[in-house]
Amino acid sequence: MHPVLTLVAQRLALGILLLFAASALIFVGTQILPGDVAQSILGQSATPESLANLRKELGLNEPALSRYFSWLGNALQGDLGTALTNGRDIAESLGKRFANTMFLAGSAAIISVPLAIFLGLLAVRYKDRWPDKLISAVTLTSISIPEFLIGYVLMYFISVKLGWFSSVAMINDGMSFFEKLNAIALPVMVLVMVVLAHMMRMTRAAILNVMQSAYIETAELKGLSGFQVIAKHAFPNAISPIVNVVMLNLAYLVVGVVVVEVVFVYPGMGQYLVDHVSKRDVPVVQACGLIFAAVYIGLNMLADIISILANPRLRHPK
Amino acid sequence: MNKQIEYLKSRVGAGKLSRRDFIGKVGALGVAATAANVMLADAVKAAGPTKGGMLKLGVSGGESTNTLDPALVASEVPLNVLRHWGDTLVQVEADGSLTNRLAESVESTADAKTWRFGIRKGVEFHNGKTMTPDDVIKTIERHSNEDSKSGALGIVKGIESMRVDGDVVEITLETPNADLPYLMNDYHLVIQPNGGMDDPTAGIGTGAYTVEINEPGIRHGFKKFANDWDDSRGHAAETEILVINDATARTAALQSGQVQMINRVDPKVAKLLDRAPNLAIRNVSGRGHYVFIMRTETGEFVNNDLRMALKLAINRQEMVDKILRGYGGVGNDMPINAAYPLFDDTIPQREYDPEAAAEFYKKSGHDGSPIILRTADGAFPGAVDAAALFQQSAQAAGIPLEIKREPNDGYWSEVWNKQPFCASYWGGRPVQDQMYSTAYLSTADWNDTEFKRPDFDALLLAAKAELDLVKRKDLYSKMGNMLRDEGGLICPMFNDFVDAVATNVEGYEEDPNGELMNSFAGIRCWTT
Repeated sequence: MHPVLTLVAQRLALGILLLFAASALIFVGTQILPGDVAQSILGQSATPESLANLRKELGLNEPALSRYFSWLGNALQGDLGTALTNGRDIAESLGKRFANTMFLAGSAAIISVPLAIFLGLLAVRYKDRWPDKLISAVTLTSISIPEFLIGYVLMYFISVKLGWFSSVAMINDGMSFFEKLNAIALPVMVLVMVVLAHMMRMTRAAILNVMQSAYIETAELKGLSGFQVIAKHAFPNAISPIVNVVMLNLAYLVVGVVVVEVVFVYPGMGQYLVDHVSKRDVPVVQACGLIFAAVYIGLNMLADIISILANPRLRHPK
Repeated sequence: MNKQIEYLKSRVGAGKLSRRDFIGKVGALGVAATAANVMLADAVKAAGPTKGGMLKLGVSGGESTNTLDPALVASEVPLNVLRHWGDTLVQVEADGSLTNRLAESVESTADAKTWRFGIRKGVEFHNGKTMTPDDVIKTIERHSNEDSKSGALGIVKGIESMRVDGDVVEITLETPNADLPYLMNDYHLVIQPNGGMDDPTAGIGTGAYTVEINEPGIRHGFKKFANDWDDSRGHAAETEILVINDATARTAALQSGQVQMINRVDPKVAKLLDRAPNLAIRNVSGRGHYVFIMRTETGEFVNNDLRMALKLAINRQEMVDKILRGYGGVGNDMPINAAYPLFDDTIPQREYDPEAAAEFYKKSGHDGSPIILRTADGAFPGAVDAAALFQQSAQAAGIPLEIKREPNDGYWSEVWNKQPFCASYWGGRPVQDQMYSTAYLSTADWNDTEFKRPDFDALLLAAKAELDLVKRKDLYSKMGNMLRDEGGLICPMFNDFVDAVATNVEGYEEDPNGELMNSFAGIRCWTT
């Protein structure tokens, strides 16, 4: 078998193994929350009988291990159970929220990733001159300000003062694609500003590292222009670290944006998770945890595979 | 010149002239802008409501767990939703008077024990059925069911029997109640087809709007119901309620025109916001109050000396000044203020007194461990800061408070009415009887201070049947004193309801019964 295929298969297997490990951790984590589910549902009005009834109804008397496997088995079949708080089907309500989250994260990624890499290349080209310094200063400033503050500032100037975009990023099925894009313009701007610096700095550092190599000197001696050298010779060899940082940031865009969701009233998954954690709605928390873990592991796996594929030594074995 | 102004007024009233043009044109005639605005309001009022258009409200107080079941409504967004699609038998107006809604007439026997509600004829439900007295009885039955979780259970439990007599629903009470019509105004008691027994969450009622979109915790959309029985309301063709719990986001949504009305403006920004040209702050002092609740049957709060120590350790005036920024008045550890009929204004105002507080604290024999006070941003605007002020003023009396900040979402289901000591708010009720019956009667569901006193219950019952107003006032005074001195309620302030309304909205009128015109803003306002 081709060594690349072997490596990719290995990564995939590891990823799946990791996901199982994460599912076990999530399950254990929700089990050791103080007070069991029945207790937190019934609260102070709980009588011993009603507690016993509810525990039986929720299957809490089964041993933890068998509960874990029945939960996992159902989850693998796409059955995430029903929410304890409002009795709705989790897969259904979560599905909508997840799609919204992906839409916001995807839109932010489509702008921020190319922009970050381009700015990184530009910074290398004009290293230590004013464009480099300006790019670094602006992106580092934006990453240093808390995202809710950036959100409020953008809201005030762009939405309230200029009236360009909506300050309420509420999207729904009835909206056309462009209406949706218009609605999420502000949160996307905030997210782009938040993730830009990390990716830009990594691109810059990785390429500068490669720029020390002998083949870069050769390329320069061939008479290629500065930007051509960077784009054609340095960048492909710096892909691996850049991809890793890009994926980390994409994962952040999916799993870590609850503050932005609240500020812009965006019906995403972060808000949904936080709502239900505060209500000890364990099945929902488990489902969200599993999805977040899958996204995180999946993206990192993708980063690994892309780095493998980007490595010519692995692609063309002797 | 007057002729010209009259002409312009008629043009704008007829919708032939825009607001801006009107102000510009009368301005050219030498009329100041503020005067022009007043004229405009007159002109628009004279012309009557503009029908059609879209009205959007940004409302705080909604959760992803909300349902359309009227029995379970307990926060602002579901209440606004309820007002859109349903009607009660009677309704308390802004001036405190009672108007007939689905009831056409209300009569009682002389002893206030048997009440006859004449039910309006020809009122259509959204599902096409005609409302009957039977639906009314079924509705009340559902709320008074033994296993009902209805917030109105405490109100309707005292009904002995009901019967239909032609177009009349006759209700006989176990004990006389002179305030029964006021109780039937309770927002949970929206009349549903077959009382909502088939599907309480259907959202089918007799209201001005039908429920089109129901996404709890996100938004609710409504369309004008073509066969609405009451054409004095429901002006906009469509309305939408966006759930915006974040105060800054809500304000920004109004400023940028995403919504035309918001509730619960942060008093900190109210004065600044009022300067914005395209909106106005509308505040009204009402019966709503911000409170700290001690559960008198839980843990350390069983001790009345400790409760008294905490009541004396709070600086009420400071709270009004710093938390409400003057948009409100001081409380007196009872849920009643001068806005209620039959209020006894001779009850002395409790003041901040750290020495007396320290004495009571010592007398209580408390072990000196920090007393945990739970609060959240959503408990009431400024609740976290208010808790901090309370902590400081109590510190001065040597009483250690530990503030535990809880998440907003789930606060009302997990903390309020469950935890021993927490911040909360009450919207107030039209009459004293209802306020006491809802939250201080031993058997009331929402008795959040666990105030269970047979002698208090007896006074409440006596007051209900007492038709002599002087005697009744005296009974209420006794009850107020009892709560003030022995209850679990720390009431530092009565808040104004502070809404903000865009200038292109007409029809807004202050209503002391609740925010956003007692939640009727969506169905009574219109856009120009």
